[in-house]
Amino acid sequence: MSCEHYMIRQISLFSENKPGRLAAMAKACQEEKVNILAFSIAEAEGFGVIRALVDKPDVAYKKLTELGFNVAFTHVIAVEMRDEPGGLYDIASKLSEAGINIEYSYAFSGKSKAILILRVDQVEEAIRLLISNAFTLIASDSIQ
Amino acid sequence: MFWDEAIETIKPGDLKVLQEKRLRETVNRCSHVGFYQKLFREAGISPSDIQNLEDLQKIPFTQKSDLREGYPFGFMAVPLRDIVRIHTTSGTTGKPTVVGYTAGDLNSWSDLIARNLTMIGLTKNDVFQNMVNMGMFTGGLGFHYGSEKAGITTLPAGTGNTKRQIEMIHDFGVTAIHCTPSYGLHLAEAASEMNMDISSLKKGIFGAEPWSEKTRIELQEKLGVEAFDSYGMSELYGPGVAFECPEHNGLHIWHDSYLVEIIDPNTGENLGPGERGELVVTPLVKEAMPLLRYRTGDITMIMDDECPCGRGPKLARFTGRSDDMLVIRGINVFPSQIEHVLLEIPEVGNHYMVYVDRINHMDEMTIEVEVSRENFHGELADLKRVQNNVMKALRDVLELRTTIQLVEPGSLPRFEGKAKRVIDRRGAE
Repeated sequence: MSCEHYMIRQISLFSENKPGRLAAMAKACQEEKVNILAFSIAEAEGFGVIRALVDKPDVAYKKLTELGFNVAFTHVIAVEMRDEPGGLYDIASKLSEAGINIEYSYAFSGKSKAILILRVDQVEEAIRLLISNAFTLIASDSIQ
Repeated sequence: MFWDEAIETIKPGDLKVLQEKRLRETVNRCSHVGFYQKLFREAGISPSDIQNLEDLQKIPFTQKSDLREGYPFGFMAVPLRDIVRIHTTSGTTGKPTVVGYTAGDLNSWSDLIARNLTMIGLTKNDVFQNMVNMGMFTGGLGFHYGSEKAGITTLPAGTGNTKRQIEMIHDFGVTAIHCTPSYGLHLAEAASEMNMDISSLKKGIFGAEPWSEKTRIELQEKLGVEAFDSYGMSELYGPGVAFECPEHNGLHIWHDSYLVEIIDPNTGENLGPGERGELVVTPLVKEAMPLLRYRTGDITMIMDDECPCGRGPKLARFTGRSDDMLVIRGINVFPSQIEHVLLEIPEVGNHYMVYVDRINHMDEMTIEVEVSRENFHGELADLKRVQNNVMKALRDVLELRTTIQLVEPGSLPRFEGKAKRVIDRRGAE
């Protein structure tokens, strides 16, 4: 099993916390026909980081950089989660038992299932652990 | 009231004789300083060419940047064993300017402070709380020793702990204070919040940063004091160079100790009374670190009208600087210091903008810096660390707390020619 297969490239954008920055990023994605699968915004004092999973990360990276954005790729993993009470606990408890720290995470709930996106300190260990515990991970080539 | 009436009201003719004698002594002392040996050689003059006040024009100016190059002891005219104290002042690129004092200097300096305090009416019956930094900053110890010399009960309170400061004013029946004008206003508000009676206060000395007539009214109303303006700089001993008398119309500069010129900062030409320009001072009694025609960078003018108090010509209240130095909470800040700090931190670019505001009577400095493209890895925690590192590095160099705003690369203005990186919004008061 190749861990690489399950490492998804998230794009992270540095953004000042002011009106119009998200719109500028979203407009760029629309123009390039880049679909945003999931995203979140983390904020600090006066600035934030926009994190997004997109179907065409290289296209998005190129376009956003050209527009002057500060963009970086970060490896995250996406795991299917039971969309019912206890779903999140199943995953979080496994990682916790193995001493793997979740640096940040965001999730979305689709028609049939929920997806949890995780940024962890030990990516490969987390991938092996979740697969061996019968969780379904989203392969990067299935979305990107 | 006079501390030394004879010298404070000296007749113009006698003053000129005294100034010329002291100028010759000063030039003589300067001849022990490498910088001045070279300066004289390059100007094609010798110390014996300087005999009277008119000869002063032959001597080139000395700048603050010259002092920086002399770091640490290049400007001392006496060996270190004859120096009994050292103070420092913030420099333009992280290196401070060092000032030394002989025992004679400390005596002259404290005497000037005693003159000032007596001039504003303080006596042995007063209790004086000195609320400025008591360390390397000259404002603390300068006032301390002068106040003790004048026989005033002196509290070396230092900075910080406003609650304790107010309790001391109340409990000790403090009658006079010295602090920055912004701290004075902060103190008034805190006392009112604490519901503490500080009506023992009669006189307030405010210095280390320029302040307006509007601030005077506010200080007088809120603190219940008569407010006096104090001017000085470390290179000229420290505070006490010029001071307001009870007329509150300009500052008396001590002409027996400081030879005053006002120049056009661009051409260097001398300006007459009533013409505003840069103050240039030749200190006449400094022993350890004599200076000739020192450009202070401060803008003022010599007032032509005589003062009813009987002392010599006054300087008008100061109205800014001829260079880009900022005074924040009494501390000198050069924009180049900020640039120097940013150059050492690869995660941020070296473009920046500085905004200065007065919030709740305190000077606040906000610095915008760009996040560098090359060093961005997408993590919020990294950015927070960068923000914190910049704040700490600036605090170490400037000795000031600042607010750091991270902005997107390329978003700050680029300047061609002289950069305008500082926006001082305090004037809006």
